[in-house]
Amino acid sequence: MTALANAVVIETPEGVRFRLPLAGVVSRFLAWVIDVLAIATISTIIGKLLIVVGWLTADGMVALSLLAYFAVSIGYGIAFEWLWHGQTPGKRVFSLRVMDANGLKLKASQIAVRNLLRSLDSLPFLYLVGGIAALLSPRQQRLGDLVATTIVVEQRRLVLPDLLRLNLDEKFNSLASIPHLAARLRQQITPTLVELSYQALLRRNELTPAVKLQVFHLLAERFRSLVKFPDEITAGLTDERYVRNALQIALTSGRLRAARPHARAVINL
Amino acid sequence: MILDLARFLQTERPYWDELNSLLDQIENDRFVTLSLHQLTRLEYLYQRAASALARLSTFSAEPNSREFLESLVARAYAECHPNRAAAQRFQPLHWFFSTFPKTFRRHARAFALAVALTIAGAAFGWSVVAADNDAKRTIMPFPGLMQSPAERVKQEESAKTDRLSGHKGTFSAQLMTNNIKVSLLTFALGATWGIGTTILLFYNGVILGAVAVDYVYGGQVQFLLGWLLPHGVIEIPAILIAGQAGFVLASALIGWGNSSMPDLSTRRTRLRTVLPDVLTLAGGLTVMLVWAGIIEAFISQYHYPVLPYSWKIAFGVLELAGLTLFLSRAGGA
Repeated sequence: MTALANAVVIETPEGVRFRLPLAGVVSRFLAWVIDVLAIATISTIIGKLLIVVGWLTADGMVALSLLAYFAVSIGYGIAFEWLWHGQTPGKRVFSLRVMDANGLKLKASQIAVRNLLRSLDSLPFLYLVGGIAALLSPRQQRLGDLVATTIVVEQRRLVLPDLLRLNLDEKFNSLASIPHLAARLRQQITPTLVELSYQALLRRNELTPAVKLQVFHLLAERFRSLVKFPDEITAGLTDERYVRNALQIALTSGRLRAARPHARAVINL
Repeated sequence: MILDLARFLQTERPYWDELNSLLDQIENDRFVTLSLHQLTRLEYLYQRAASALARLSTFSAEPNSREFLESLVARAYAECHPNRAAAQRFQPLHWFFSTFPKTFRRHARAFALAVALTIAGAAFGWSVVAADNDAKRTIMPFPGLMQSPAERVKQEESAKTDRLSGHKGTFSAQLMTNNIKVSLLTFALGATWGIGTTILLFYNGVILGAVAVDYVYGGQVQFLLGWLLPHGVIEIPAILIAGQAGFVLASALIGWGNSSMPDLSTRRTRLRTVLPDVLTLAGGLTVMLVWAGIIEAFISQYHYPVLPYSWKIAFGVLELAGLTLFLSRAGGA
């Protein structure tokens, strides 16, 4: 496992690597502010409920509310992070989650220890000790996280890009008519170029006509530099069409039906 | 080879959605129990997503789907790979009467260190105040301890009214929360490689020594014992256990004193090994401080003639004997 600038990379026993994006100090602080408000609210509610006890004994009421505030302020983080798999209400608002530093399942003892060490991290005020520790630590861990071997990660709900609306299922693709050149294109093309072409096609409507022409010209030049197709095949193709065709070649391992030259001639007429 | 991302996402997406909803189900309900079918399905879906991620990272550079899949695999990985032994059901009585004393004995050396530091501090406090009585002004933070012992005893013994009447519960709760806070800090300061724990324990010792010498030289030994023993014999060991927990933590951080676990070479493994132990010690001392808080508010603050000193001292000695027996014998070998 290695730490990047703002992510922890974990390699599974199967050799699959994934990154856990680390939460920033600011969002953690804001989440803490929400949690402090929540603790105050819960304590106030318990205090109101204890008024019933106050009818019997005023001393008992004060004593119980003192103990309740103390128990809530210590137990809040432990209880929520245990119940909600590493989240408190504040962390949930900011999509943060406490995780084991090795990406494993969080243990109850880790949750308890990282919360008990708040007494040290919150010194002398506003989590100064913990904040400085987190800024200095490569995994942005406050002392409680270091001791409990936990990290706080950002866990946004992501959505998959809708690539299907590109509709790359062209019926005729002139580039496929020369199978050996098409095969070489498939071999030469890089994931980065595919990604660039994808993004250009997905966002074509957001570009001004001049920029659009320029972008597709650059991309088409890049494809042309990889494999040189004969001029009679590429003659009638715009840059954008060229990029679409090349992308389709790259993605469909040899299943394409080549467009017959005479058929294309008929259509062109 | 380049991946046809659109097609790939189209075929894989139903599996990812299924995995996502299964994970949501687990994450939103702590007490959910999955059926055998669901568990094997989770394992299968995790492996399928992980292999999709491997293909995606190799054959495609599309960042959004990669991030999506990474986050999904990370969540599933945590669920499929438990962190060592699965947690057992927590049994409070068994934990307090067996696990706690056994854990205490396992780390006896750390406790001895805490005791030694407190004794050193007490000797220092004693000698400083014995040499120069004015030094107690500098050492002691409590104005209540400033008056001379003889005056204090006179005042306490002639008190006609119970000054804590109607406030005993509140006083007791204040004592408990304050003592638990100080103890937890003593424990947490173990994260400073034990330096903070050392300072706090020594400072506690200094105050104890200074108070003791003041009352001993003032000829008020009986009052001192009657005042401190009933709660002190529990409270002081509780702070010492906090120091013990702090030192166990510190030794795992530094890597010293781990001859019993030679193969735990990395700091992370050492910490993981001692976490349950320090937690048990912290929990145990909390229980002890709750008891001490009750005793201090309801018994310690009452002096002759309300409560005879001999009773209070005998009570303290009995408690100490009980505690010693408990910590050294309970729970078996």
